[in-house]
Amino acid sequence: MYLSSTENGRSASPEGLVENVSLLSLNRDRFWRNLTLAPAIVLFLALTVLPMVNLVVLSLHDIDWAQGLSSWTYVGLKHYASLAADSLFKASILNTLVFSTVAVSVQMVLGFALALLTSSIVHGRLFYRTVFLLPILVPGIIIGAIWKLMFSFDFGVLNQMAGAIGIMPRDWLGDATYSLASIIVVDIWHWTPFCFLLLLASLETLPQDVYEASDIDGATSWQSLWYITIPLMLPAIAVTFVFRLILAFKVFDEVYLLTGGGPGTSTEVVSFTIFRRFFTEDRPGYGSAMSVTTFALIALMIIVVSAVTRRKGSTS
Amino acid sequence: MSAAYGAPLRPMLFRHGLLVIAAALVLFPFLWIVAAAFKTQIALLTGQLLFQPTLANFVDVLFSSTSDYVRNFSNSLVIASASTVLVLVVATLAAYSLQCMQWPSWVLHSMLGWSVIFHMVPPITLAGAWYSMFRTIGLDNTYTGLILAHTTLNLPMALWMMGVFVRDVPRELIEAAKIDGAGTPRILRHVVVPLVRPGLAAAGILSFIFSWNEFAVVLTLSQRQTATVPVAIGKYAQENTIAYTEMAAASVLSMMPAVLLLLIAQRFIVRGLTTGAVK
Repeated sequence: MYLSSTENGRSASPEGLVENVSLLSLNRDRFWRNLTLAPAIVLFLALTVLPMVNLVVLSLHDIDWAQGLSSWTYVGLKHYASLAADSLFKASILNTLVFSTVAVSVQMVLGFALALLTSSIVHGRLFYRTVFLLPILVPGIIIGAIWKLMFSFDFGVLNQMAGAIGIMPRDWLGDATYSLASIIVVDIWHWTPFCFLLLLASLETLPQDVYEASDIDGATSWQSLWYITIPLMLPAIAVTFVFRLILAFKVFDEVYLLTGGGPGTSTEVVSFTIFRRFFTEDRPGYGSAMSVTTFALIALMIIVVSAVTRRKGSTS
Repeated sequence: MSAAYGAPLRPMLFRHGLLVIAAALVLFPFLWIVAAAFKTQIALLTGQLLFQPTLANFVDVLFSSTSDYVRNFSNSLVIASASTVLVLVVATLAAYSLQCMQWPSWVLHSMLGWSVIFHMVPPITLAGAWYSMFRTIGLDNTYTGLILAHTTLNLPMALWMMGVFVRDVPRELIEAAKIDGAGTPRILRHVVVPLVRPGLAAAGILSFIFSWNEFAVVLTLSQRQTATVPVAIGKYAQENTIAYTEMAAASVLSMMPAVLLLLIAQRFIVRGLTTGAVK
């Protein structure tokens, strides 16, 4: 592999010099090759791999702070064992799963519909795309702030509208019946545009001749949607769905601002439980065990998904 | 016009109708928060539709002695800009190295694979470790610590994106430059960088926005002196009596960079967000 550049040198140089020149340029190539990758490697090792190791070590200890000094007690797998019995952690995993699947499923349907609509119009695409991009770019915490005001029991616009049509005001965030659903609504509003954008991008790359052929054959637009667009879009739909699903597990900002996990455990999500255990309750050992477990579960999921899609891709 | 595209007028109007409704649903919360920012607390609480706009909230957020907002804003600018520059440099070098310098394929795959995994796990899982590491070496509550953390968070995205763009640089150009005697630094500066400029713009804008928006990590690694804009907004919500209209005004100010970038550089943002998804 390395030889491709030195072979060029060989054919251009006089016989006697060949060995020296190629060896020299090989060394120089190697030097630059290592140097250009080094910063990324150092950053990854120092700030992702090392912290992971650090977390694993922390998770095997109890850490106590006394007069600015920490004392570490080795406790083995105790934290992992108590994880299984932690009802808050279990609730947060369940909530995160419900939250992600419901929110992302709705986002995909709405996003696909919007993408189809946008790709079928001639004028105004730029306008709609600009508007739909906005929620993706605004800080999650601000989206939380906006919706906290809109959901407010006393003066929120939702209750004002409900009042106008004679519905009793509801405590959208403070009532465990609605709180998770309210968070899901916010997430749908926040991330449908992202699904829209990815699906629109792949819609725009679909081959046009198939549609022309089906037009000539007299296919209705529903038929061409069902028999051409959706089958052709299936890989893009699958990728977008999985991608969004995994990213939805990250949810933190909105929950932090809107409900803080409550009322009760109704909106407790994994990121928030880790934050609570590690920082609010100051239990780094236990919080680390939680982090390691979450990290491992998600990494495993990504590896399984990419193995499955790769196999599918190679057989078809 | 529409006949030329084989689309009759009525379905066209119907589609626009649906899209306008969707656009209104997306825009409404933004308009509502902007209105709230110009309201007095009383106008907000009584839900007045027509109100006397006031700048008092903005004045309070920007100039009140109890407000840290200006400092938060400049912290955000410093951290987002510095981490963006770092991300671009590191990602471009690494992308060139991985795509053009004959690494064994396991190096390429483990770098990209690790990037994907790291990009997808919640940042809060690592925040605890960063906190204890930074505290040990004195980097907690410093710009350096936060800049490094954001650089790490945005590196996977930039690495992925720059990889796609660098891969598209014609190999003949690089080979030709080599034959002319150009070393790696010159090839990077005069061949690669000019050709991947759209990629740099896309990755740079997104990395700036994501750093600007990032909340969980700054929340855990910063204190008052280094807190950024999202932390400032988060703090409003934690107080016992929430100053709603001020929170609205601070939110409106904090959205400005995103809105501005969206208006002037939408092309690059779209390209950045869809890179890798389409290819």
